[in-house]
Formats: sequence, structure tokens, C-alpha cells
Amino acid sequence: MRLRLFNQAPNFDYFSRWKIWLGISGLMMVVAFASFMIQGLNYGIDFRGGTTIRTESPLVVDVAEYRAAIDTLELGDISITEVFDPSFRDDQNVAMIRIQAQDGQEAVTVETVEAVEAALIEVRPDIKFTSVESVGPKVSGELIQTAVIAVVLAIGAVLIYIWLRFEWQFAAGAVLALVHDVILTIGIFSELELRFDLAIIAALLTIVGYSLNDTVVVFDRVRENLRKYKKRDLKEVLNLSINETMSRTFMTSFTTLIALIALFVLGGDVIRGFVFAMIWGVIVGTYSSIFVASAILLYLGVKRDWSKPDANAGNQYANIDA
Amino acid sequence: MLQIDLWKRILIALTCAAGLLLALPNAFYGPVEQHNDAVAAIEIGGNTPELEAQKALWPEWLPSGLVNLGLDLRGGAHLLAEVRVQDVYASRMEAQWPEVRDALRSLTPVRRQQSPADELRVRLNDESKMAEAMQIVRDLARPVPTLTGAGATDINVSGDAGLLIITLSDAERQATDERTMQQSLEIIRRRIDEVGTREPTIQRQGADRILIQVPGIGSAAELKAIIGTTAQLTFNPVVSRGTDENANPGIGNKLIPSLDEPGAFYVVEASPVVAGEELVDAQPSFDQNGRPAVNFRFNTSGARKFGDYTADNIGAPFAIVLDDEVISAPTIQSHIPGGSGIITGNFDVEESTNLAILLRAGALPAGLEFLEERTIGPELGQDSIDAGRIATVVAFVAVLFFMFASYGLFGIFANIALIINVAMVFGLLSLVGATLTLPGIAGIVLTVGMAVDANVLIFERIREELTTAKGPARAISLGYEKALSAIIDANITTLITAVILFAMGSGPVRGFAITLGFGIITSVFTAIFVTRLMVVIWFERARPKTIEV
Repeated sequence: MRLRLFNQAPNFDYFSRWKIWLGISGLMMVVAFASFMIQGLNYGIDFRGGTTIRTESPLVVDVAEYRAAIDTLELGDISITEVFDPSFRDDQNVAMIRIQAQDGQEAVTVETVEAVEAALIEVRPDIKFTSVESVGPKVSGELIQTAVIAVVLAIGAVLIYIWLRFEWQFAAGAVLALVHDVILTIGIFSELELRFDLAIIAALLTIVGYSLNDTVVVFDRVRENLRKYKKRDLKEVLNLSINETMSRTFMTSFTTLIALIALFVLGGDVIRGFVFAMIWGVIVGTYSSIFVASAILLYLGVKRDWSKPDANAGNQYANIDA
Repeated sequence: MLQIDLWKRILIALTCAAGLLLALPNAFYGPVEQHNDAVAAIEIGGNTPELEAQKALWPEWLPSGLVNLGLDLRGGAHLLAEVRVQDVYASRMEAQWPEVRDALRSLTPVRRQQSPADELRVRLNDESKMAEAMQIVRDLARPVPTLTGAGATDINVSGDAGLLIITLSDAERQATDERTMQQSLEIIRRRIDEVGTREPTIQRQGADRILIQVPGIGSAAELKAIIGTTAQLTFNPVVSRGTDENANPGIGNKLIPSLDEPGAFYVVEASPVVAGEELVDAQPSFDQNGRPAVNFRFNTSGARKFGDYTADNIGAPFAIVLDDEVISAPTIQSHIPGGSGIITGNFDVEESTNLAILLRAGALPAGLEFLEERTIGPELGQDSIDAGRIATVVAFVAVLFFMFASYGLFGIFANIALIINVAMVFGLLSLVGATLTLPGIAGIVLTVGMAVDANVLIFERIREELTTAKGPARAISLGYEKALSAIIDANITTLITAVILFAMGSGPVRGFAITLGFGIITSVFTAIFVTRLMVVIWFERARPKTIEV
């Protein structure tokens, strides 16, 4: 007895309301973008400079007490949050303290950190500082720049690759789907005010890779079916291709999600944001490869003249023998 | 159709075996690490029975490469420093001044004028000698070797109405910057080696930055205390002593505060008699009153300069200046010919020891500015390793079970391939000496999830072909053939993003890119070669009439 989502290839019609799907996707992008513009991202110190101190103490964290101790130092905006995680031991009470970049200090000063540590030790002699990270505003500015360049480069490189391997309509569909995924991910981070740091950029790029993976598998089948069924309507071919690849899409998304959820629950709080971005990305990426990438392809139409063998497309790798 | 040549089978099997063998040391991390440390120690300092025992913890004939643990897993300190390369221009100009003065002496008397730090301005008493003076100074210029090679020299001389302006040329600035960076790297390396920690990373980043990562050190502040001090030691003639911090020192002089006496300031000549570069040794010691001090010795030329100066200036004070603070300003009692001396001040033992280390390792040519610093405690690192390990195991087991439930026997093939896959990722990481970071562990977990994708594509395709094709052999063969283009396209696009992440990212992000990239390569390899080999071998043995995938 096999575990199977579908006994036969499913036969859904994904595109009877494709304009509505595109509209919904567009609307979600607008909402996400508006949230990003209005609310803004909760940047970590990687991107806006400052210092974070992670503390650990056997006693329960008293945020007010910590704050009172640090406030006397007049360091400007300070945020103190308690961190909870199922993997913590009973006597492990963790808090994150974030101190903004100090005006007029390009470099990070030891004195600031030492003053904060001393103030906290005063109220909590048993406190430990398990990590201290400081980023100067100069570097953080560059990190933002590098991050944006990385995302743009990745999307550009993908555009070119798909263009070479398929047709430009495919490339346009795939890239719009990627933009959709990236914007929605940034949107949820801004809406939920999750911390956005360098690791999230890595997650974004992985989402780009994953979503693309999905899209390419569908497109590969579309290309094959377009050649096989020369007479059929594009919409029919798209539906057929998505249905044929559905159980694979489901399987892969599912195994990836299993792994990610394990990491989300058990992997500790340090990478939880990163894993959350990835889980979200897998879901959104799977959705977008059908309802954005393929819908765009339907909208743009595609060249159907496969009469002469196209050296550019098809199974040029198929004769690799094992 | 379903045939694989024998040599290909052997090659595939050997590749897998090599991957597993390379990954093996990581399963015994502690002993192998001790073994490697012992081997390194024996190489440097000779053999001892304890080292020999540690060395024996891991057999010599097995590979001993380990995946390095990143700072976020092992704990340690990370610093990104910017070298203020411009600092050096000022001292270059300072050194230029006596040379210019002496060269022009026979022509006309000259005076030094107030100027920006990277410029030298000289006023001629006799304006009519301007053209000759400029020629003389230009003749002082030395050629600078550049890539373009076109006769660049180290200084530019311009002048107007009896005022000579000497600046460094662009070529010289570049060459100086390059030298400054090389020296800074070297000196930071020496200082960290003096402290003796394991596997520090000291890397140049971009034009003027240095990345320093030291595992196992308590905090970034500790690290900064070692490398953040310039330790520029000079011996300058004292002009006067006072308490006014705004006093005008006069041209060519500097006003420097005293280290021990708050409120005391010295005016000293800016050009030192001797500088720290001419030291050959410095050791912590005690003065005749039993207080901590540092003994030093000059090289021959330094000893001569120091000897000549002390002979000519008996009775005058001179200042021992460290990083623009006067440590002490003794009066010269007698001619000091031997080139060795003692620095006394208000040190405690630790300070004198540190100062001796810094003087021995040499001064940084320029100041450092710290742009980024991170300290990760070893407990947090261990927690992360533990959490990552549990998550990986759970993810692994869940995926293995799910694959078996979905594809039966073929699922088992895929599972074996998945295990080989993860082992090969570790093998590759050990081989290239890559660093495993926390996001890197996430990359491995993600690989576990995604690695089955290629197999899923193939199996689903075989299922489809089974409904149309004639016979299982043909279906399997077609399944592999037709799934290939999707596998290649899908994985190349992911690989592109991994490469971009690697190129643009830093630290932990780069660690993630490496594991993701290796994961993609090995997952494609295992899917199209390893599982295929297993399927073919099984098919040859069993010869099933029908198959279920």
C-alpha cells in the first residue's frame, strides 16, 4: 500500500479563473509592498548598526529590571525581549538586548558594551553574556547594498538562464513569480515585525532558488507537452502539465516542509527567523509556480512553431548515460 | 537499455566510497581533532609521550580532514577592522622633512610651514632661488614601481612665490597603502600568534579592511586589546613641559599628554630620534626599585642614532612616546652606547608583559577602526550544535519514512542515496576545509528535504511511463531519460543562486551557500547515477515482469 495523494493524475482546471488568480496575487503584492512602505522592516543590527547582547541567567528574565539598569546609561533606543524556546533548559532564561548605533561613533566601542554588561551584572550577578554583536553604521549600509545587489543579480541570472533554455515568455513568467515570492516574503516580515537580518537575505535567495526549481519543473513539462500536442489550446496544455507534475510538486514540497518544520521546532531560536522565511517561501513558491508563473505564460502566449527541431530546447542532456 | 558499463559501475561505487571515507572523521570529531592538534604540535615542538598518545587516537592511514566549525558553533570572536591607511602619509611627510631641509641647506635657509598632515610646506628665505629649489627637491624623488611602469615617482612638488608644496604622488599613495595593508596583516598575525590560539583567520577584505576571527577567545574586547593598540614607540627630544592642553607647540613639534600624570603635557619634536621599528627585542623585567618595566634593545643603526643623540644631549630630557602618550621623560644622564635600555612607568606586571609582546611583534603602521565585532560564547555554540543535530536527525528520519511510504522499494533506493548524499556533503566540506556554520546546518537540512526531489521527479516519471510504455525496463529507462532535463534545469538555477550567495555573502551566509551548493551537486549525482545503479542491479537480479513504483 503506497502513500499517494492522487491515484491517477489529477484533472483540475487551474486556469478557468486565471485572471482572478493573477489579480489576487497582484493584490497581495500591493498589500505586502504597502506594509513594507508604511510599517517598514524591523531591521536587525546587520542592516542598521548597533549592538545586540544575548544574556542568559538561571533566574526568570525581568525586562523592567534590565531596562531600569541600562536606562541610566542613556544609550538611546533600547529594546529588550525575552526569548523562549522549547530547547532551553529549565534554568536557561534568555533575553536579547538591542542598543541602537550611537551617534557620532563609526566604530563600535568596547566601553558601551562593557558599561551595559557592568550595569546588568549589578542587578543580576549570575548573568552570562552568551553573545555580543556590534555592527558599525558604515558596514551596515554596505551590507544592505550588497544584499540588494545579491537578490537582483540572482533574479537577473535566472532570467537569462531560463531565457536561453526556454523562450522569453517562460523567463518573464518565472521572474515575475520570483518577484512575487520575494515581495510577499518581505511583506510578511514587515507585517509581523519579524527581525530582518543578513540570514533572511540568504533565505530569500534560497526561496528564489526553490520557487524556481518548482517553476522550471512545470515549464519543462509544458515545453514537452507543447511539442507533443501541437493542436491543443495553450490553456489545456498548461492544465495538463500542471496536473501531470502535481504529485511531484506535492511530494517535493512536502519533504522539504517536513525537514524545515523539524528545524523550525527543534533548531533553536537563533535560526528560527531564517527557517520561518524558508517555510513561507516554500508555500508561496509552490503557489506562485502555478498561479503566477504559468498564468503569466498563459497571458503572454507562447510560440507554437515547433516544426523544426529546436537545438535550443529539449533534451540535450537526455543522452547523458549513466 | 538498462545497462551500465562495468567501469562506470566501479567509478560510481568508488566515488561514493571516497565521499564516505572523507566524511568518516567527522563522526569521531573529538579524537580526530586531538590527533590533528598532536600532529601539528609534534611538527613544531618535537615529540612527547602525551602527544604520541593523542596522535594514536586516529589511525594515520585514514583521512583526517574535518569540517571546521564556524564561530557561531564553536564560540569565539570576530572583528572587522578598517586600516586608516592615510595615517601613514603623515609619517612619510614627517620623514621627508629632514631630507628636504638638508638638501636645500646649501642653497638657502628654509622654514617649515603649517600644513595638512599629508603635505609638507616649506618656505624659502630667498624667493629668487625657487626654480633651483624645486629642481633639487624633485631630484630627491624616488621612482615607484607601478603596473603601468611609466616613470612614476613618489612625490609631487609644486610651488609658488617661495613656498614649496610637497605631496605624495597617487602612485606612491597606492604603493604605500598596499605596503600598509601587508604590514598590518603581518603584524596582526604575529600578535595573535604570540597569544597562541588555534586556527585564527586573518584575511584581507577589499582595499583597506581586515577580517579577524579567533575561535575560543573569550570576547571581542579581549581580541581588540591585543590588536587594537598601534604600539608605535618613539623616542623624541623634549622641548618643554607644561599643563596647558591648548598650548601652541610650534611648527614641527607636537603636544602630547602624559600617560601617568593627568594634566601634564609635553611639547616634543615631531621627528623622533629613534622609532620602534629599530627595536630587535623587548622583554618584561623590573627596574632597580623592583617595579615592572620593559627592557629593550635596538638594532645597530638604532643603537648608533640613540648613542649619538645621548652623547650630544646629556642633561636634556627626552620622551619615550607610545601611541601619542608620553610614558616617561627621563633626563639623559650619560652617553648610552650599547643600544639597550629600559622603559619604566606606572605598569603592573600584566601591562609590562603586554607592552613587551606588542613591541616585539612590531607596531601597526596605521591605526585600526573597528567596524564590526561579534562575540559568541561557547555555550551558545554548543546549544546550536545540539539543536541542529536533533533537527537534522528528525528531519532525516521523517523524510526517509515518507519516501519509503510513498515509493516502497524505490523509496529505499532513494533513501540509501540520501544517506550517501549527506555523507558526501560532509566529505566535500572536509575536503575543501570549508566552515560549517549554523545556517550551514540549515542548508544541510534543506538539502535533505530537497535532495529527494531529483529522485521524486524520476520515480513519478517512471510511474507515468508505466501506464503507457511496454514493460518495466523500458519505463525505467524512459523515466530517467525524460526526467533529466527538468532535473538539470531545476538544479542549475538553484546552483546559480548558491553561487551568487557565496560570492556576495560573508561569514555564516557563505557557510550556508557552500552547503547548499554541495548539496545540489551531490543530490544530482546520487539521483542520476547512484539510485540508477541500484535500480539496474536490482532489476538484473530480480527480472520482475511488472514493477510498482
